[in-house]
Amino acid sequence: MAAKAFDEMNSGTDGSVRVPYRGVADWLARTSPERLEATRREVDLFYRRHGITFGAYGAAEGSETTIPFDIIPRVIAYDEWQFLHKGLSQRVRALNAFLTDAYGQREICRAGIVPEEQILMNGEFVAMAQGLQLPGGVHAHIAGIDLVRVGEKDFYVLEDNVRTPSGVSYVLENREVMMRLAPELFAAMSVLPVADYSEELLATLRSVSFSDGHEPNVVLLTPGHYNSAYFEHAFLADEMGIELVKGSDLFVDESRVYMRTPRGPQRVDVIYRRVDDAFLDPLAMRPDSFLGVAGLLGALRAGRVNIVNALGNGVADDKSTYTYVPEMVRFYLGEEPILQNVPTWRCDRADDYKYVLEHLSEIVVKEVHGSGGKGMLVGPTSSKAEIEEFAALLKARPDNYIAQPTLALSTCPTFVSQGVAPRHVDLRPFVLSGKKITIVPGGLTRVALKEGSLVVNSSQGGGTKDTWVLASDQADDR
Amino acid sequence: MLSSTAKNLYWMGRYLQRAKSTARLIEATQRMALQSRGEEAAGVAAIFGMEDEFRQSQAQGERLASLIDFLVIDENNPSSIVNSIAAARRNAREERNNITVDVWESLNALWLELSARLRGKRANLDRGALIESVKKQAVMIFGAAQVTLLRDEANNFLQLGAFLERADNTGRILDVKFHLLRPDGNPSAEGLDYFAWSELLACIGAVRTYRRIYRSSLNPMKVAELMMLRRDVPRSVHHCLWMVDLNMRELADAYGTRGEADRMAGELHARLRYARIDKVFEIGLAKFLGQLRGDIGTLSDEIGRQFLLD
Repeated sequence: MAAKAFDEMNSGTDGSVRVPYRGVADWLARTSPERLEATRREVDLFYRRHGITFGAYGAAEGSETTIPFDIIPRVIAYDEWQFLHKGLSQRVRALNAFLTDAYGQREICRAGIVPEEQILMNGEFVAMAQGLQLPGGVHAHIAGIDLVRVGEKDFYVLEDNVRTPSGVSYVLENREVMMRLAPELFAAMSVLPVADYSEELLATLRSVSFSDGHEPNVVLLTPGHYNSAYFEHAFLADEMGIELVKGSDLFVDESRVYMRTPRGPQRVDVIYRRVDDAFLDPLAMRPDSFLGVAGLLGALRAGRVNIVNALGNGVADDKSTYTYVPEMVRFYLGEEPILQNVPTWRCDRADDYKYVLEHLSEIVVKEVHGSGGKGMLVGPTSSKAEIEEFAALLKARPDNYIAQPTLALSTCPTFVSQGVAPRHVDLRPFVLSGKKITIVPGGLTRVALKEGSLVVNSSQGGGTKDTWVLASDQADDR
Repeated sequence: MLSSTAKNLYWMGRYLQRAKSTARLIEATQRMALQSRGEEAAGVAAIFGMEDEFRQSQAQGERLASLIDFLVIDENNPSSIVNSIAAARRNAREERNNITVDVWESLNALWLELSARLRGKRANLDRGALIESVKKQAVMIFGAAQVTLLRDEANNFLQLGAFLERADNTGRILDVKFHLLRPDGNPSAEGLDYFAWSELLACIGAVRTYRRIYRSSLNPMKVAELMMLRRDVPRSVHHCLWMVDLNMRELADAYGTRGEADRMAGELHARLRYARIDKVFEIGLAKFLGQLRGDIGTLSDEIGRQFLLD
C-alpha cells in the first residue's frame, strides 16, 4: 500500500486528536462498543423500514439492499469548508462556461487549449445540442464533484459528475438518522444544517425555466422503480412537492410538453431528468427507448421546455476531459484553480502510455467513460493475473484509459465488526447552479468498509457517513 | 396529479382490500370447516371465479389446506394474499412521493413481514399467524390513510379502489355461499344450519352486528339484507357503493366535469339504496347479484377510461 494515510481524527500534531474531531473523539470514548453496535442495528432497521434501498443493476426484482451507513460522522472544519466552497464554485463555473463554449463557438479549441476532437469525437457529444441558448448559460445545474483528501491541507478533485449525479438523498437521510440516534453529539458540536437542499434545488430548477410569464411547472423524470436510484427520485420529488413522472406520463404537442392528468393535459416547463441522454427522446436518440418522450428535443430546441442537467454534458466529465479543467479555469475565468486535479497520465499520449504500462502495479488505471468503480485497475491491490488481463485491455485501446498515482485517501474512524478502525473516505459535495451557485455544507461521504480498500462505490461494498461541517463559532479550544 | 398516480393509488386500494377480504374469508372458512363437513374448499374457490384453476392446481386429499395455500401464498395465483400485498406495495412504491410516510411504512412493514415468513420452510409456515397479520396490518394501513392523507384527488382514487373492490368481494361472497346453502335461492329459515350461516356473516365480520341490528335468530333473507342493503354496515354492498358515489362526486367537483362513470356510480348507489330485500328475492338473488357484479366491472372500466388511466 502507498504511504501511510492521513487520518482525519488522529493526525493532529504528535498524533493527537485534530481539533474538529474532539467532540467525536469524546463521544467515542464515552460510548461503549455494545451501545454503538445497538445503534448500528437500529440504523439498519430504520433504513429498511423506510424502504431507503438501493437496487444494484442486474439484481432480481425484490432484491433491494440498503447501503451500509456508518454511525461515526465525518467532520470538516468551517475554514476547510470555506476553502472547498470557493474551489467548488470556481470549478463548476468553469465547467458551465466550457459546456456553453463546447456547444457554441468552441473558443477554447481555437485558443489551442483543448483539441477540437476532444469534444467532437467524444462519444458523449450530442450534436443536436449545438447552438442552444440555455437560460442563464447553465448546463450543469446539479454537479457532484468527487474530492479526496490526502493531507492536512491537500484536497484533490478525483472526478466531476455533471450528467445525473446521485447520492444526495443519502446526505439528507443520513442527517435525519444521526439526529435521531446521537442527539447528544449534536448538542456538543455545532453542525451546519443540510435540510434546505430540496428548497434550494427547487429554486434552482425554477430559475432556469425558459418562460418568464407564468409560474414554471417543474417535474422530475425517472426511468421508473427498477432504477437503482429510484428511491432518490421519489424522495426528491416528494421533498420538492413536484410530480415524479415517467416518459409515459408526458407527451409533446406543437413543441410543448404536457403531462397527462385526470384533469387533462398540464403544461411542463422544466424537466429535472434522471434519465440518460440516449434514452430521452426515441425520435432523436435511441429509437428503442421506452423511458423517454417522443419530440422532447424538439420542444427543447423550440425553447419551450428546459432539460436539467443539459444534454451532452458528458463531454465535460469524462476522465480525459478532466485533465483540461484547470486550464478551463484559467481560460474562462482568468483565475488560478483553487482545487487541484490528481496528476493524470493520458494513455493516448505515447510517453504517458509507456510509463503507465511499466508501472501498472503501482498506479490506478481507469476507463475514460467508466463509472461506479467498474472498468478500473487498482495496481497495488491487484494480483499479477489481474494486471496482465488489464494490460491486454489497455493495449487494445490506449485512448480509452487514463491513469493516476495511487493516492493515500484520508481515513476516518469507522465502526466495523472489529470495533472502531480507520477506513478510507472520499467526499461528493453537490453544487447547484441556476441564477446563483448554492452548495449545502458538506456532501456525501463514502467510505470503503473493507480494510485497506480504496474503492468507495456503493456498488462495490462502500458505505456512507453523515458529513458534518462545523459552524464558524466553533471555538478552537472547546 | 398524474393519471398514472391516480391509477397506482386506485389499484393499491383494490389490492389491499382484496388481500384483506381474502384473509377474512379464509379465516371464516377454516372455522366453518372445523364445525361442519362439506365442500368448503371448492365453494371458496368459486368466490374468486377460480374453481377450474384450483381444481387443476391441486391433487386429491387435503383440499382445504391446498385451497388455503392457493389463496395465501401461491405465486401463480395473481390474487393470492401474498401477490396482492406485493402488487399493492409496488403501486405504493411508485407513489412514494404521493402517500404519507405512515401509509408507506405500514404497508412496507407488512410486506417485509410476509417476505420474512415466506423465507422459512413451507412446512413451518404459520398460516394462521400470517393471515392474522394481514388483517391487522391492513387495518393499520387504511387507518394511516384515514388520519394522515391529504383529502385530495389522490385520496379519492385510493378510496374508490378500496370501496369498489370491497363491494365486489361482499357481493361475491354472499352469492356463492348463499347458494351453496340454498341452491334454489329460497330464503326460508327452515332447517337452517346455524354454523353455516353465521360463518357467512363472519366473512364480513358481522356476526355480532347481525344480533345488534335484528335482535333475532339467523334468517337467510336478513343475512342477505345485511350484507347487501344495510347502509350502516361498513362492508355491505350498499355502504361501499355509497362511498364510491361520494368519491366520484368529489372528483367531479374538483375537475368540473362529469362522465359515464359518474352516471353509473350514481345509478349503482341508487339501485342499492332503494332496493327492498323481498323484491330482490322476487327477481332472484343470483340474478340481482350477477347483474351487480357485471355493472361493478363496467364501472371500473369506465373509471379507467374517464380519468385517462387506461
